[in-house]
Amino acid sequence: MDAFVFYLLATLILGLGIMVITARNAVHSVLFLVLNFLLVAILYVTLSAQFVAVIQVLVYAGGIVVLYLFVVMLVSLKKAPELRSDSRRVGRTGLLLAGVVLAELIAIVWFTSASSGAPPAQAAADFPPRLASDAMLNTERLGWVLYTEYLIPFEVASMLLLVAMIGAIVLAKKNL
Amino acid sequence: MEALGYSAADFYYLLPELIITGGALLVLLVNVLVPRRGDLLFGLSLATLILSGLVLASFAGVDTYISRGLLAIDGFALFFKAIFLVSAALTLMMSAPYLRVEGVPAAEYYFLILCATLGMMFMASGVDLITLFIGLETMAIAFYVLAGYLKPSHKSNEAAVKYFLLGAFSLGILLYGMSLLYGATGTTRLDGIAAALVGQDRSLLLAAALILLAAGMGFKIAAVPFHMWAPDVYEGAPTPVTAFLSVGSKAASFAMLLRIFVEGLGVLTPDWQVVFAFLAVVTMTVGNIAAITQSNMKRMLAYSSIAHAGYVLIGVVAATERGVVAALVYLWVYLFMQLGAFAVITMLRRRDVVGDELKDLSGLFARAPVAAIAMLLFMLSLGGIPPTAGFMGKVWVFGAAIDQGFIWLAVVGVVNSAISLYYYLRVVVFMFFKDEEAAGSEIVIGPAMAATLTVAVVGTILFGIYPQMLFEQAQAVAGSLGSAVTAAALQ
Repeated sequence: MDAFVFYLLATLILGLGIMVITARNAVHSVLFLVLNFLLVAILYVTLSAQFVAVIQVLVYAGGIVVLYLFVVMLVSLKKAPELRSDSRRVGRTGLLLAGVVLAELIAIVWFTSASSGAPPAQAAADFPPRLASDAMLNTERLGWVLYTEYLIPFEVASMLLLVAMIGAIVLAKKNL
Repeated sequence: MEALGYSAADFYYLLPELIITGGALLVLLVNVLVPRRGDLLFGLSLATLILSGLVLASFAGVDTYISRGLLAIDGFALFFKAIFLVSAALTLMMSAPYLRVEGVPAAEYYFLILCATLGMMFMASGVDLITLFIGLETMAIAFYVLAGYLKPSHKSNEAAVKYFLLGAFSLGILLYGMSLLYGATGTTRLDGIAAALVGQDRSLLLAAALILLAAGMGFKIAAVPFHMWAPDVYEGAPTPVTAFLSVGSKAASFAMLLRIFVEGLGVLTPDWQVVFAFLAVVTMTVGNIAAITQSNMKRMLAYSSIAHAGYVLIGVVAATERGVVAALVYLWVYLFMQLGAFAVITMLRRRDVVGDELKDLSGLFARAPVAAIAMLLFMLSLGGIPPTAGFMGKVWVFGAAIDQGFIWLAVVGVVNSAISLYYYLRVVVFMFFKDEEAAGSEIVIGPAMAATLTVAVVGTILFGIYPQMLFEQAQAVAGSLGSAVTAAALQ
């Protein structure tokens, strides 16, 4: 079963990857990329890496792709054909999507307010720091490993991001 | 902190890196807060490197693991860190006048040079794939930006874009190799990998990991056939950056390569020896032959630097302690001659002329005799003529190859050295025997540039006449590389 799921996902991911680089329309290409990222996230879930899966969706499917879309639209390659099509249809789709997001937000507020009773006493009891153990949940364990064992590489990564940030400013700003 | 597995020693042994980080941040701050800076930023950056070097020197003889076994503070790491600090300092010294001529902001430049040095230091110390990768990435991103630092120049833009795209691609390949290696051994620690590989059958997975890792590292050291980026990037980047790229970045990549292959994959030595022997041969040959046809000095030195990566690879192929010593010695020697040659080209950049074409060197002896004689020395050393340091480096590298039965490899190396003499001596012909004077205003050797040249010249001559000092150092540290597990398995 596991093998079946893996090969199915792998095939789909590779297929979508090919679609990304063969799609004529840059916007389509980016949208295929979103699908690709989502499937990779599912792959992570099957490997019991739930945290990585969530990050994959949030950062890659969410953040990075939005940036890609910005770039695609800013450089305005060829005008995407469907952008010129029926504006009423686009409006209706937009309304529908807005409705879905609204329902989602209401659901989140509803369920969290219903389930949050007393503050989690468990967390306070756990306060004396433990080292990562098998009893921990996925994310908790990852956090422990990241901030204890891999503390130094983590700190170096922050310098890396600073370098990237300064670098972007240096290259993009006309007069420093 | 104790409960988390860290002690004060962890941070004490990180002091050189912490000083560089602090210095880099201080440069940015001073740039904003102090109105009339003058040479303050330059002095600050140089002082940071010197201070870091002094602390580093006090660690001599230390052999320990810190940060829960992710970083090694051993002779090997210290040896390479010294290379990085010296090359960064020399780069800074030749940059100061160059930046003024180009009229580009200095603060961010110094910051990026310091951060690239920081990344290199982690590449030399890292004994865990994650640490190594983060170090490599820190260095690489700083260099992407530095390559494109001359924004009005199209060549510089091209260099940055090419280096970034190909660099990102090669990092992907490297990461893929690392992840397969992790899959095959279940750990990212090099000693753990070495232990897991003992007695393990050669699987397809391992072979794929090996090849991908070799390709990824091959890109970083600019070995043929992964060298395509080097000439364009070397030509387009600001000259001091090219110098740092060809010396510092290359040395750091060799440090990482030696760590991964000797320390982590030591058991597979016979397998990767074949790969690197092939790479060494094509790298030397293609590098030297392509260099012959170049008319731009920076391009020529780019191909020459590709060829020199091939010579160092011979030391890697020899894969014994002697081979590692040869590679280490060669990288030190290469630092002085390569940085020196680039310093002379940097000097030729004046307000009215770019000065990186071969013809810009014509009649240099008449115009700037000191610079011409220094350049003569660097060219002879790069070509491997005694009594320069380059000769001793080559003797040691080829000797290590013969020692290990790679006689054919040494022969290829010697033939290549002979080929390389043609284009190195052509530079000399241009400088001394061409009468027509190149265009451009008077060549001025400022104090910083004079200091750079002095250090490079002294290094090139000193290690040519009296190499024992360097050999003894390298011999003392080469033993700290490689794991006991591997040594036992190979017996």
